[in-house]
Amino acid sequence: MANEFLEPITEQTFYLNMGPQHPSTHGVLRLFLKLDGEYIVEADPVIGYGHRGHEKMAESHLYEQFLPNSSRMDYLAGLIFNHGYVAAIEKMAGIEVPPRAEYIRVICAELNRISSHLLWFGTYVMDLGGFTPFLYSFDDRENILDILDRVSGSRLTYSYCRFGGVARDVDDEFITATHQFVERLRSRWDDYHNLVTKNVIFIHRAKDVGVINRELALRFGCTGPILRAAGVPYDVRKAEPYSVYSELDFEIPTGTKGDALDRYLVRVQEMEQSLHIIEQALERLPDGAIKAAVPHKVRPPRGDYYFAVESARGAVGFYIVSDGTSYPYRLKARVPSYGNLQVLTEVLPGTLVADTISILGSIDIVVPEVDR
Amino acid sequence: MSLEDLKEKLSKVVEPGDMVPRDYEKDGCLLEIKARADQVEAVAKAAREADCFLESITAVDFTNGPQIIYQFNSCTIVSRVLVRVQLSRGESVVSIGSIYDAALWYEREVFELFGIRFDNHPDLRRLLLPEDADFYPLLKDYGKVHAFRSTEEIYGE
Repeated sequence: MANEFLEPITEQTFYLNMGPQHPSTHGVLRLFLKLDGEYIVEADPVIGYGHRGHEKMAESHLYEQFLPNSSRMDYLAGLIFNHGYVAAIEKMAGIEVPPRAEYIRVICAELNRISSHLLWFGTYVMDLGGFTPFLYSFDDRENILDILDRVSGSRLTYSYCRFGGVARDVDDEFITATHQFVERLRSRWDDYHNLVTKNVIFIHRAKDVGVINRELALRFGCTGPILRAAGVPYDVRKAEPYSVYSELDFEIPTGTKGDALDRYLVRVQEMEQSLHIIEQALERLPDGAIKAAVPHKVRPPRGDYYFAVESARGAVGFYIVSDGTSYPYRLKARVPSYGNLQVLTEVLPGTLVADTISILGSIDIVVPEVDR
Repeated sequence: MSLEDLKEKLSKVVEPGDMVPRDYEKDGCLLEIKARADQVEAVAKAAREADCFLESITAVDFTNGPQIIYQFNSCTIVSRVLVRVQLSRGESVVSIGSIYDAALWYEREVFELFGIRFDNHPDLRRLLLPEDADFYPLLKDYGKVHAFRSTEEIYGE
């Protein structure tokens, strides 16, 4: 960190608004920066530009009616949020999900995780000035969108899960296309590593930049790749296995220092782990029903419940209070980017403005998810 | 750090009768603590000493006053603890921002959505809503809601 170079605050400090419209913020985020020359003295992320009031909306809608909202919080990992929401309601109401549906959900959720990481990969490197890797990753990501489009009918805000199963069964073409995609992405790793991982300019921009260590991550409640890059093997899929993750074999990649380069490496390794999960799930995909018989209106018993899943950015949780009717009394979504963004107030001071782009990119926030 | 460890630390700050074990398989959390507003700081300190992180702070509005829910978890072994603080309307609670930095934003959010004030919070501005918002949208008397109930109707206590 560059703290030692920082002069004491003088009358020469000035304020800079980075955003709300800025190419590197990937959403409507405003960073209010107090600068001393090129160095940041104070940083205050201003959020809420995309606040839609999902939690309030839930209170006047049936559990079923809120279903499409779930995937619109984090639009890059919509299927994982969707999965988390239906799994929470299923647990509350005691609905058994057929194994085939669980496997399909896991395959699609992991595909969605890879597509989210690929988009992050492309945009992060583009923020740092490399345009070519962006085209590579979007080319690969397009394959996932096509696969998920075929089964779910949408390319971004997938509302594919239903209470007790999934909306549509997968066919042989889906399985073949997914196998082909796994092979294709595996064959691309060499290109990715040659283009970016081994690129000396990239390493200079990412190494030792924006260090978030274990202590800092826990104080701010950071989860996901940020926490794992700091060396903490915390992944909800392992810590509180949901769906069929306990039957699948995969590892949790971790970093050591917690700088931007570690976060990059963790995510790239995570994509490989997701491919591994998809392969196993495709192999074991059982036959049978894809949806259990559920009542027309779900009425979970009274009480409060919490259910956590691992999205592409960290631990997502739904805290739901039920009053025994078919409407949620209160629905709170705990989103990972919230803590991951707040940590910037501590990480940015003392760094250069140019590094802000690298730090913000390496954190991989989705602003509508923070705003809800 | 284990759940036993956390329980031991927490038992020093709250009465044993206020610690209720929960069914993890069913509810997704392991322990519930009914705390008073003046115990929040001590509970947060105990959770911090037990190496837990703050998962979220939220609130629920009831006819008998809002309830704040703090949620702690550990990144080594699942040990989700819900801390439930029943407030009367207009009552404030002390900020735990000096213990967990994550609380600073969560408390701002609870303040703007429920109108619950946090004492000693360094910067209690609105977070998600416009700066000049003069309403508390997640209160049950605002906008369209399905029901407004008391804690007794939901938790039977």
